[in-house]
Amino acid sequence: MLLFIEQCLNGLQFGLLLFLLAAGLTLVFGIMDLVNLAHGSLYMLGAYFAATFAAWTDSFVLGALLALAATLVVGMALEVVALRRLYGRDHLDHVLGTFGLILFFNELVRLVWGPAGMSLSLPMWLISPVEILPGLFYPTYRIAIILTALLVALFLYVLVMRTRLGMLVRAGASNREMTGALGVNISLLYTLVFGLGAALAGLAGLMQAPILTVQIGMGENILILAFVVIIIGGIGSIRGAFIAAILVGLIDTIGRAFLPDLLRLVLSSRGASTVAPAMSSMMIYLLMAIVLVLRPEGLFPVSSK
Amino acid sequence: MTAALTPRNVVIAVLMLLLAAMPVYAAVTANTFLVTLFTRVIILGIAATSLNLILGYGGMVSFGHAVYLGIGGYAVGILAQEGTSSGFVQWPVAILVSALFALLVGALSLRTRGVYFIMITLAFAQLVYYFGVGLDRYGADDGLTIRRRSQFAGLLNLSDRTQFYYLCLVLLVLTIYLVARLVNSRFGLVIQGARSNDRRMRAIGFATFRYRLTAFVIAGAICGLAGALLANHTGFISPATMHWTRSGDLIVMVVLGGMASSFGPLIGAVALLSLEEALPVLIRVSASPVFGDAAVRMAEYWQIVLGPLFLLVVLFARGGIDGLLAGMRRG
Amino acid sequence: MKRLLMGTVALVALGAAPAGAQQSVKIGFVSTFSGPTAVIGNDMRNSFELALDHLGRKMAGKPVEVIYEDDQQKPEVGVQKSQKLVESDKVDFVIGYIWSNVLLASLKPVVDSQTFLISANAGPSQIAGEQCSPFFFSTSWQNDQTPQAMGTYMTQKGVKTAFLIGPNYAAGKDMLTGVRTTFKGQVIGEELTKWPDQLDFSTELSKVRAARPEAVFVFYPGAAGVQFLTQYAQSGLKGQIPLYTAFTIDAITLPLQKDLALGVPGAQEWVNDLPNDANKKFVADFRAKHKNYPSFYGAQSYDAANFVNSAVIVVNGDLSKKDAMRAEMRKANYASVRGPYKYGNNQFPIQNFYLQDVVKDAEGNFTLKTVTTIVKDSQDQFHDQCPMKW
Repeated sequence: MLLFIEQCLNGLQFGLLLFLLAAGLTLVFGIMDLVNLAHGSLYMLGAYFAATFAAWTDSFVLGALLALAATLVVGMALEVVALRRLYGRDHLDHVLGTFGLILFFNELVRLVWGPAGMSLSLPMWLISPVEILPGLFYPTYRIAIILTALLVALFLYVLVMRTRLGMLVRAGASNREMTGALGVNISLLYTLVFGLGAALAGLAGLMQAPILTVQIGMGENILILAFVVIIIGGIGSIRGAFIAAILVGLIDTIGRAFLPDLLRLVLSSRGASTVAPAMSSMMIYLLMAIVLVLRPEGLFPVSSK
Repeated sequence: MTAALTPRNVVIAVLMLLLAAMPVYAAVTANTFLVTLFTRVIILGIAATSLNLILGYGGMVSFGHAVYLGIGGYAVGILAQEGTSSGFVQWPVAILVSALFALLVGALSLRTRGVYFIMITLAFAQLVYYFGVGLDRYGADDGLTIRRRSQFAGLLNLSDRTQFYYLCLVLLVLTIYLVARLVNSRFGLVIQGARSNDRRMRAIGFATFRYRLTAFVIAGAICGLAGALLANHTGFISPATMHWTRSGDLIVMVVLGGMASSFGPLIGAVALLSLEEALPVLIRVSASPVFGDAAVRMAEYWQIVLGPLFLLVVLFARGGIDGLLAGMRRG
Repeated sequence: MKRLLMGTVALVALGAAPAGAQQSVKIGFVSTFSGPTAVIGNDMRNSFELALDHLGRKMAGKPVEVIYEDDQQKPEVGVQKSQKLVESDKVDFVIGYIWSNVLLASLKPVVDSQTFLISANAGPSQIAGEQCSPFFFSTSWQNDQTPQAMGTYMTQKGVKTAFLIGPNYAAGKDMLTGVRTTFKGQVIGEELTKWPDQLDFSTELSKVRAARPEAVFVFYPGAAGVQFLTQYAQSGLKGQIPLYTAFTIDAITLPLQKDLALGVPGAQEWVNDLPNDANKKFVADFRAKHKNYPSFYGAQSYDAANFVNSAVIVVNGDLSKKDAMRAEMRKANYASVRGPYKYGNNQFPIQNFYLQDVVKDAEGNFTLKTVTTIVKDSQDQFHDQCPMKW
């Protein structure tokens, strides 16, 4: 039972991390109608920035804050220099152009930081595990990830639903010309939204960094999962992304945790170990395919379109 | 279709002549690798041409087209592993299984539009990718070595590089011809009409879904054949063949070469694979006078040039290389 | 179009290498030079280059020409690069290969063309057994050998129950098989993780905690080894359940693992402090040039250069005498940095394995130190399945 709770926490933590990545993606996708494959590159940059700044300042928290700012700036610059020109174009153009950007960023990082990858070490107070239930120890840092992501989710909800900026964003998404005609600087608004999305991706990257090493291409596989999340959740829907992310995180983790034992009833031990991870990955895509077949607009479609 | 002496037709003619003469040149210079390299180019050209049928003409952006390369390849690999190396069995199976899978995917995903279509084709491709990863008996993640190329009862010897090369070239020409015939037929006009305005096509009485599904299945079947060729060519098949980035590569080839153009995908395949081989050399050669030995290291970063190139093509050369060539006539 | 033409021109130029009489010894070196594991490939290249420098960049009086190719850690890329080396560059030897799955895919085109392939790292069981080839040699080990040594050590330590974790690819499966053959206690759990994508081991570590084994054995090469040790510490298992490793802690990962690796034993056929002259020279010169310690990947690459050199010398530079070269190579008649060893019928080494421990050197750098010899003259268990006899 404790094992099951622990695995659920693992799934929740992974899901929330996916949410951070997916939230930025779904904002950009929903509002600017831009398919940004290079979102994973911003995730990677967040991690690299954090590792670099943490080493400079000798402080994990300070490094993380600087990294957030840096990803925000890079994101806005990227929007102004390149991606802005892709608005209103075919989705195919987005896929191809941002696919090219992935190659570019991977090589750029290799040029600047070298091929070896980096590591980001945690301060002592985050390393040791805590006993959250009698007999159940859980890594403090993973709890920190869960709490941070929940706070961000709340922040996003308030921002989009309760503030003037959010109102403008929602207005701009549903009718660009009209909002512009009312005297709102749409270009600036879009740049800000993109920067916010980039910072969220950077946050996901830098929070993942102490668990994984910081390396080139780290954003690519998780990016596809983030896309799955926003498709299941419904494009543009923060709420949908939140629920879908946790769903995907739980399926992935629970599948990997318990499928091998189930499969061992019918397969050899070695065969089960090979098949189980593949099957849990397949379940995620199966879920997405089923959702799309039954509800082509995702679970929580944004009605304003 | 009169064969006017436009720059575009000249380039295509020269390209086809070069492809036809490649094995001769390779034999003279004793460089068999050129044949190996261009066999690969031609096979990917077939795959890209099949994708062009649905993507270029039909407007269906399939982000999972490489899955058929994998299915075709695994059909050959698994049958070979189980002791059936006859190409008369392997190849039809590769085509048939690919077509059936395309039928299933198409039937489910053609109900969706735009980015949802992109993503659902990706989802199905990922499903098969992970299925391959879980194929413990056939090498799982590590892939499967194919020890013997497909046998054709002595009619063809695929282990002979030159014979295999020309077989692929003939199949490429046939594919290009087939796709060109298709798109210029009534069938082609319907799928092209459905690309620009599906609702109107349905309003005037065409069951566009059936037409588009048929195109989707044909594209899958052709790409499955390309997969069988590819597996024979490398003597190896692994799930990586159907990784989503490979589907991305196929899209790049089509767009780079020129969408909805008969020879565009082939030009794209030639251009992309040539760039991969040539960009490092170009960087090394052009940087060495200035940077000396460091140029060798710089050449490793060739993708930093390739990536933005895609973006530039998207922004400024939407018709791809073929579009640029066609534009040259107009001046 | 201009670009396309230039590309074609460059290709043709590539192809038009002079065919005439062979003036140099051509070596193709396939390893990973991009992506997160490029650091391993670079270490191999640095060591290989150092060996060539030590040889005066000549073998039997002929200049040595090396072409490095990047396999991107992908089997399908590796096989293409290997084909290119054999068919286009017409190399005399293909050396390298970190990854077992890349090597398995690349073996056929190289040995079919009767070119010698020398693996400087990967040693999949298939090639030691039924797929063995007269054109394949290893200057490393068969995958199972190192974990077998570790299994022996765990048995010596009196470990009763163990949990095994490794990545799901050819070498990962070999490693876990290896440790099972010599570990006499009970294996109470085994997990294979997605490779190389999965880097979060929380699921597996939770299972370890629930299973309460006396020991955990892991195999995670490269950056994944850093992640595993980090997460092992974060989960609080470090200090509770001792960790035993193979290829998880080395000179490349140590600067990142630091204290986390202290007290974690590993097994290896070579350690940087082995007291023979060839090794002292290799380690000292490597450190002088690159400021850090060489890894076992590097040592095996350094050996590969000297190994090939011994064969080229015996035929006096006539590289068409393949049988004579093979006969010489089977003697392992060169100064290996691991000390003398022999070859089995499958042309894999029969060699010692040492227990290594993590220590700090005089300048405070983390490094590895030989503790003891675990097994002497270990031969892989697959050589019986190899039909080759000599």
